[in-house]
Amino acid sequence: MSIDKDTVKHISKLARISLDEKKADTLSKDLTSIITFIEKLNSLNTDKVDPLTSIINASLKSRKDEVKDGKIRDQILKNSPEKNDEFFVVPKVIE
Amino acid sequence: MSNISELSLTKIINGIKKKEFTSEEVTKSFIDQSKKSKKLNTYITECFEEAIKSAKNFDKNKNYKGLLSGVPIAVKDLFCTKNVRTTAGSKILHNFIPTYESTVTNNLWSQGAFLLGKLNCDEFAMGSSNETSFFGNVINPYGEKLVPGGSSGGSASALAAGLTPATIGTDTGGSIRQPASFTGTVGLKPTYGRCSRWGIVAFASSLDQAGPMTRNVEDCALLFQAMSGYDSKDSTSVDTKVDNYSSKLTDKVKGLKIGIPKEYKVDGMPKEIDDLWKKGIEYLKDAGAIVKNISLPHTMYALPAYYIVAPAEASSNLARYDGVKYGHRAKGKNLIEMYENTRSEGFGDEVKRRILIGTYVLSSGYYDAYYLKAQKVRQLIKNDFDKAFHDVDAILTPSTPSSAFKIGDKTNDPVSMYLNDIFTVPVNLSGLPAISVPAGYDKNNLPLGLQLIGKAFDEQTILNLSLAIEKRADFNKNFKVWWI
Repeated sequence: MSIDKDTVKHISKLARISLDEKKADTLSKDLTSIITFIEKLNSLNTDKVDPLTSIINASLKSRKDEVKDGKIRDQILKNSPEKNDEFFVVPKVIE
Repeated sequence: MSNISELSLTKIINGIKKKEFTSEEVTKSFIDQSKKSKKLNTYITECFEEAIKSAKNFDKNKNYKGLLSGVPIAVKDLFCTKNVRTTAGSKILHNFIPTYESTVTNNLWSQGAFLLGKLNCDEFAMGSSNETSFFGNVINPYGEKLVPGGSSGGSASALAAGLTPATIGTDTGGSIRQPASFTGTVGLKPTYGRCSRWGIVAFASSLDQAGPMTRNVEDCALLFQAMSGYDSKDSTSVDTKVDNYSSKLTDKVKGLKIGIPKEYKVDGMPKEIDDLWKKGIEYLKDAGAIVKNISLPHTMYALPAYYIVAPAEASSNLARYDGVKYGHRAKGKNLIEMYENTRSEGFGDEVKRRILIGTYVLSSGYYDAYYLKAQKVRQLIKNDFDKAFHDVDAILTPSTPSSAFKIGDKTNDPVSMYLNDIFTVPVNLSGLPAISVPAGYDKNNLPLGLQLIGKAFDEQTILNLSLAIEKRADFNKNFKVWWI
């Protein structure tokens, strides 16, 4: 299947990546070649196969639901590009 | 002094213990070599001053309890290191300084090692040549125009050039084994769940696994032992005993059954790769192993399935880079535009391609056709291995379909780049352990590796078989030091 420019623009909107026209053109070509490669799978009948859900046979361990850390707000905010004393700061959301 | 940096990890550890040299002398030797080797572009962040401090501290308090006592180690810049910048090779994390330490690096430090620096890699570990890094491509010591492989390309190149005594990388589709093969070094991808993923920048969570990269098999067993172990912070970490891989390491492999999968003989495979494979078979026969032909019938579907599963998981994992919590942030008129501009400026081309492929295959109406189909194919590939391992103890294949290629050779065609991982990807899809061991050269005198695939949690067997190959193979690091 070919991935046309409109589809590229649609999925880049979903993925929150802005694109210019030129980039959308190149990506349409690249993604088409990748999807064509992926579609080799269509030649394999998998009607009676269950999808893989886990590659390790061990069952997941459960642990006690208890608070082990916390009070690390400064650490969490430390790498934020824009913040005040207590919060991440983002462009205004509500008019 | 200058030759310390040419010693193996094991020899360095023993030398420190026997007081043949100090940790500081060792550290200075690697720093010296690293400073002279900037042309290779292996480091993203150097921690040389801190490393000297740690070495002096070690020499003062001499404590030989750890497996890696007094050893400086540079690691792939995908492991979060407390108070040391961690970029994942991306612009979007160019200024990220973690406030925590990854479990795997922490394990190394608990065993007496300390950090020498952070090594270059493909952006978010997406690439097979180290050309997608925001910090520029890495050069292979085997040739000025050659890629070192990827994504752990900085690690492989630094190791081969003597800038670190050993290193750790991550392997999602071949990112440890392929660069190891391209640089004449040993690289192990452990069983999924053997090493904790906590604190490693995530790419594709059901495939990612950290592992050791070393100059020889003995070092590999040791470093693997040091970094492995259960971690309650990673829900897919498996709580099984970590063996004493080094003391159990032996080249006595008599009677082990080795499978040779006919599907790995792909169309157009260079004759020298086929010849190397045959040599590997002879080496193992010589060591007393029994060689059997086997079939892994779904091999040809592994790479297409991988290019659904890995981008799907990546598109979800990389949703966190939004310019709010950490990393690069661009301007925008409103919140959505800020997100879109941040991600457009912050991610490179390959990462964008994978996020978009992932978004596409997971989008409404396509999920069953792509993602569900890929997971079914993955089950078939895993079944192939399960069946094969009823009859054999390990599987021998080439590590890569070629030796190191030239910079720029494959950058214009993503699919031709992806084909590099044709022999390594099925292992990640099945969660199995596999190792690449240097076994010979091609006609241009470039290194080639052989891959041994083992049963889940049976790394010992493939380490032993690798040792048997290493002892028989005609392989000696043979490049001229042209970059100093």
